[in-house]
Amino acid sequence: MAAVPEALPRESLIGKRIPKLDAPEKASGRTRYIHDINLPGQLHAKILRSGRVHARIVGIDTAAAKRLPGVHAVITAADVPWQRPIGVAKDHLPLKGERVRSPRDEIAAVAADSVEIAEEALRLIEVEYEPLPELTSVAEALKPGAPLLHGEDLVWRSLDGRSEVLHKASPDNVAMTFEYEQGEVAQGEREADAVVEDVFWLHYVTHCCMGVSGVIAEFDASGNLLLYSNTQVPFLHKRELAELLGIDPGRIRIIQPPIGGGFGSKLDIYPFEPIAIFLAKLTHRPVKLVFTREEEFLASPTRQPVLLRMRSGCRKDGTLAFRSVETLHDNGAYTSWGATTPFVMMQTVSSLYRVPHCKYRTRAVYTNNPYAGSFRGYGNLQATFAVEAHMDRLAETIGMDPLAFRLRNAQEPGEVTPQGMHFRSCGFKDCLQTAAARSDYQAKERANRARWNDPSPIKRGVGIASMLHVGGGAKIYPSDGCGTILKIDDFAHVTLITGASEIGQGSETVLAQLVCEELGLPLSAVSVVNNDTDITPWDVGVHASRTTFIAGNSAIGAARKAKAKILAAAAAKAGRSADALELRGGFVVDKADGAPLFELGKFIRSLHFSDKAELVMTTFYYEPPSKHQDREFKGDVSAAYAWATQVAEVEVDTQTGIVRLLRITGAHDVGRVLNRLGIEGQIEGGIVMGQGYALTENLIVEGGVVRNPNFRDYKLVTAPEIPEMDISFIETMDGEGPQGAKGVGEAPAICIAAAVANAIYNATGVRITALPFTPERVYRALHGAAQPPAWIAE
Amino acid sequence: MSAVPDRVHMTLRVNGEDQPVSFAPYKTLLEVLREDLGLTGTKHGCELGECGACTVLVDGEPLLSCLELAVDCEGREIQTVEGLASGTELHPLQAAFADHGGSQCGYCTSGMLMTAKALLDREPAPSRERIKEAISGNLCRCTGYQQIWEAIEDAARVMREGKE
Repeated sequence: MAAVPEALPRESLIGKRIPKLDAPEKASGRTRYIHDINLPGQLHAKILRSGRVHARIVGIDTAAAKRLPGVHAVITAADVPWQRPIGVAKDHLPLKGERVRSPRDEIAAVAADSVEIAEEALRLIEVEYEPLPELTSVAEALKPGAPLLHGEDLVWRSLDGRSEVLHKASPDNVAMTFEYEQGEVAQGEREADAVVEDVFWLHYVTHCCMGVSGVIAEFDASGNLLLYSNTQVPFLHKRELAELLGIDPGRIRIIQPPIGGGFGSKLDIYPFEPIAIFLAKLTHRPVKLVFTREEEFLASPTRQPVLLRMRSGCRKDGTLAFRSVETLHDNGAYTSWGATTPFVMMQTVSSLYRVPHCKYRTRAVYTNNPYAGSFRGYGNLQATFAVEAHMDRLAETIGMDPLAFRLRNAQEPGEVTPQGMHFRSCGFKDCLQTAAARSDYQAKERANRARWNDPSPIKRGVGIASMLHVGGGAKIYPSDGCGTILKIDDFAHVTLITGASEIGQGSETVLAQLVCEELGLPLSAVSVVNNDTDITPWDVGVHASRTTFIAGNSAIGAARKAKAKILAAAAAKAGRSADALELRGGFVVDKADGAPLFELGKFIRSLHFSDKAELVMTTFYYEPPSKHQDREFKGDVSAAYAWATQVAEVEVDTQTGIVRLLRITGAHDVGRVLNRLGIEGQIEGGIVMGQGYALTENLIVEGGVVRNPNFRDYKLVTAPEIPEMDISFIETMDGEGPQGAKGVGEAPAICIAAAVANAIYNATGVRITALPFTPERVYRALHGAAQPPAWIAE
Repeated sequence: MSAVPDRVHMTLRVNGEDQPVSFAPYKTLLEVLREDLGLTGTKHGCELGECGACTVLVDGEPLLSCLELAVDCEGREIQTVEGLASGTELHPLQAAFADHGGSQCGYCTSGMLMTAKALLDREPAPSRERIKEAISGNLCRCTGYQQIWEAIEDAARVMREGKE
């Protein structure tokens, strides 16, 4: 055994570059994703999709498919009359029996000995359809007298004859509405010296997780369900699946194998999951269902497409007077989280900058298009795109420097916005000034503008945009908490059992780090268990940039309880006050001089094998001090708020319309940097995702049909195209944050498109209000052939 | 038309070992590696040759295993991510990916590593631009590629120093 040191210095892991705990496994190809898991006796499932935009199902003939050797089950809606509608609004049956509302709609499913047999069986299923009128735009869906997509109540009938209306009919194709107002916009209009108005179109993009969707369902002999799932919300899923199956949630166990990318895509329940469960139930065999890439494009959610009309005004002195926003969300055929993005959008509209009079309205409208879910940023990319375009336009109209205009209206620490958001820590102005200074924004902005009429076809532009996002969770459910169980074994090895899910973002590493910081242990002393609902305590899910903040505070809480217990026992044994002791380097030490008193493992064994026979095991549940918003969308919804400014520098080839993103200078108020390597990875990845949203990615939906369901035609950014990235961290040391930190997961993706739009304007003098900035769109705009988005006449 | 056999039997040379294996002749190298040889480190991302997740080395060249029939690989030297480490010691590329944040969700990592290995085997001191170009056929949705090329650059340095 190593010699006991004379004194142990206080060491900290905070702010260091810490490789992810799972990195060696991942770099070895040993990580087992759901695609790599196969259970004994497992069947393979495939789904038959309608391929019809809108049709009535006249009949389904599965007889030939059932006869195919190797097929164990073929199911349609008729085989699961007890199925319940799923999703955010419960307007969506997993298997459609009477009517299909989009080409992705699930009609039948097969479980067979192999994927090939299951696919062959799908080809043998015959479905007869009768076409129904197609509503493939919001404009068509809102026309008076338009056919109704959900015009009847969705009534669920249980096997024992009970019935319940789970989704009320929509008489006008409107799936959801949101209205918010602060001050009085008419008053703001009267006070304004400059007013601008635009219509913006924010397009369809999709998550493109490198690991496609998949699930394995298995029932045990007692009828308990074990689900291997990629979900980001295991505990909410468990509850919804219990409802779906009519069983006690306690009989459902969800194991999350390592996930090949999440980004919000796995926040809702989708039909393939219940379908795999139905098949497992009927066949009494484990059933695995994995998408093809094409299916992933067709049948996983998109980012919410938005048509947005914004009107903004300011006074001559540069203070904002009012802002008024109306949006139409293309809801698609069913309702998922996309419809609820207004929660976030209105925060940016009302509170990124101080604006006394503000109005926000959204209608999410049913169409026969793909339906939108949640996606990193959750509406904020869309709202920020519009708000930051208008910040530039207003500044230009009154002849003010765009940075100065923003600084004049930027939020400051201590402010409580009319929506009730309390910015206890706020580094917004620091973000603005840092990003502007490091990119030399002001000088470049003026110089580029002066070159609009130069003969050179290659133009340079610089654009600035900022964002506000929740950074301390988001209380969109009654609880936004996370539980932790922590045990320290006889050898001072810590097992951290957390409700928080790891989706590649590095949460298990940062949680382990926070625990080590409390317990004075190296990272090698901690194992993290985070993927099994039978073991882990409740957590609301991995979303809203909340995990470091919420699960971090929870882990710290559990670690502090363990520390208090150890130090109290050590104090008693050493005849000292617990306040005079500390844990460092695997020892209980004298806080003043670092002299070791007890070796930690030995001390814990002495507690265990004593008369009192105690183990060191603690639990902690952290519930952030945030509030559920009221019906007027007022309430301090997050325990902290994150801020960032990004400056984009672009080169525009006016002869081809090609826009190259050269450089992003970002300044992020992250509260405090915990793991520098991890946070840089999050920010760089987010910037490049934002770059794709701005420049290359476009899920083309024409007449309800996705035209480019593959990576050749859906263009993700590749390595040679990434910009130079200069990232600064503004450390505001949030009082509620774990070690002062705030959430950062979504932030970096949010303002890229907005900054690029402003940079293209700075390069060319042309404002483009629709995304993405493909060469064709930019070329048309520069050569007077653009068709800017128009508001829908009603 | 001659009858296609249900299964073919052949010996594939994978990671320096001869592996007798029988499989349906329509199977891709990706499927045989994953399903018949239990080498699940190689990933299927699209099975259309568009994402690079399934990249392996065949006779030292990076190859999309989802587009290659396994029957065409007899007698060729196949290398997968499982063959990179020597025993418990990670290959410098693997160590660099771990140390520099090259994996977040990790799903693209195997393909990235094999592509990078092919590059460094040919060019021990590639420029950043060469590195980015070499991995331009490998999609990553998490990292933004920055920590990936930093890892490759650092691995190249370590490998050069190891040879000196």
